Amino acid sequence: MNWISTFLKSSIGKKLLMGLTGLFLCTFLIVHLSGNLQLLKHDGGLAFNTYAVFMTTNPLIKFVSYGLYAIILFHAFWGLYLVMENKKARPVQYASYNGNANSNWSSRWMGVLGTIILAFLILHMWNFWAQYKFGTTPYTQYERNLATGKVTFSPFTGEIAGKMEKFVDTERNVEITQVKDLYAIVADGFKAWWLVIIYVISMAALSFHLVHGFSSAFQTLGVNHKKYNALIKNIGVWLFGIIIPILFAIMPIYFLLLN
Amino acid sequence: MKINLKVWRQKNNKAKGELKDYKVDHVSPDMSFLEMFDVLNEDLITKGDDPIAFDHDCREGICGSCSMHINGRPHGPLAGVTTCQLHMRSFKDGDTIVVEPWRAGAFPVNKDLSVDRSAFDRIIAAGGFISVNTGNAQDANNLPIGKEAADEAFMSAACIGCGACVAACKNASAMLFVSAKVSQLSLLPQGQPEAKMRVMAMVNQMDAEGFGSCTNTGACSAECPKGIDLSNIARMNREFFSANLTGK
Ligand code: HEM
Ligand code: SF4
Ligand code: FES
Repeated sequence: MNWISTFLKSSIGKKLLMGLTGLFLCTFLIVHLSGNLQLLKHDGGLAFNTYAVFMTTNPLIKFVSYGLYAIILFHAFWGLYLVMENKKARPVQYASYNGNANSNWSSRWMGVLGTIILAFLILHMWNFWAQYKFGTTPYTQYERNLATGKVTFSPFTGEIAGKMEKFVDTERNVEITQVKDLYAIVADGFKAWWLVIIYVISMAALSFHLVHGFSSAFQTLGVNHKKYNALIKNIGVWLFGIIIPILFAIMPIYFLLLN
Repeated sequence: MKINLKVWRQKNNKAKGELKDYKVDHVSPDMSFLEMFDVLNEDLITKGDDPIAFDHDCREGICGSCSMHINGRPHGPLAGVTTCQLHMRSFKDGDTIVVEPWRAGAFPVNKDLSVDRSAFDRIIAAGGFISVNTGNAQDANNLPIGKEAADEAFMSAACIGCGACVAACKNASAMLFVSAKVSQLSLLPQGQPEAKMRVMAMVNQMDAEGFGSCTNTGACSAECPKGIDLSNIARMNREFFSANLTGK
């Protein structure tokens, strides 16, 4: 298997790893976004909290999420290693260098944009993942009226075994969900305007990273054909560069305005 | 026109260089950029100073030797030209122009604006050829080649090995040059027998020379005087993958 390591040590092999991990992270963004959009449902967090329990207990998802952490770390450190290696390829800098004349700003700042994203990811994991896992997360009891579908909720102080209990109270015809309330942590966290600003700036960095990164990954993989280039570029710019970062950014802004 | 120049002066590969100020009077807007340097050099020689070393040969955009990084761009402000094809009418009277050599670890400075681009020669020697027996040239129509493939190969073959792609790239990457040289042969039937060996050998040599890797910024293609397209790089990547997966 010597050829594999030789291949991965070549400049093109190194870059292939960036492209593949980058595209994997793009698919992750879609999954993460569609889950998190449940925060915007007006149900006091029932759907979102149920989803959070699923995502943190399902064995397959748990397995995938550890792979995801590894891939994010790999992509980040491999990317920064490439940036440093590429700096070494030009030991003496130009006194005058007009990069804007020949390339997009975002393509030349991938390392810096990525570093902002990495710093954000650490903060983000601390804000929610660590609080949910290790912090004192409150529990909430949701009652969904099975006839009308109306949801009411109140703090729950009793003891349950796991993160969630779900049962039907046939007498009152309500479905009762007692669940660890990540929604409350999110809503509470985004009361801080400065945190919201950090989140929005980070989403701008993500946007610029992907305006270049998405289509760049296809070029790295060797996919460059007149028939598809415009489509790839448009998906990179519109979906990954604009729509996805804006939808992510809406969530903290929504909670800030809600308070 | 009067032109102010800031030109990189460096005695030799080991010496420390610096930007030096020069004034050139009586510049005609119809002079080429290199002719303006000729006038300046005449002046320096008359004064007993060391003239500025710069590479040039054909002065018509085909040899690729006139490497000058002008106001932050290889070959100056125009697209699709070499320095010898750039004229002073692209500048204004009284302009200050910064002129530097190509900057890349793999292109060490010989003297002043002249850099050593033999790294490119070693990449070509590694695989940028086809092996054929010498003798009489065979009939031109012996090997049928489709018009589209011929045109595409021709476009890749337009590369003059000037190194502007390396000079422009933030990573000093040679991917555009190498991919053009890989493509011009692999698009044609004559290039097939050695295609796998070629791409492996040329990429290995490119890496050994210390060029950077590709971030796909596109600066190379935008600054290439021959408009070599980024699709060449994608083609080389594909060929490199398949050569690694299926080659010996
Ligand atoms: C969800 C987060 C992220 C996504 C979706 C993502 C996606 C991508 C994609 C698709 C590429 C293009 C790969 C190519 O050109 O072949 C890329 C490149 C890059 N990424 Fe990320 N990335 C993310 C996070 C990060 C982080 C945290 C860092 C670093 C700290 C980072 C650093 C880089 C660098 C330096 C490059 C350019 C590598 C090069 O071309 O030389 N990225 N990213
Ligand atoms: S690809 Fe273009 S810029 Fe690079 S060496 Fe060839 S002609 Fe010059
Ligand atoms: S001198 Fe030959 S290309 Fe400029």
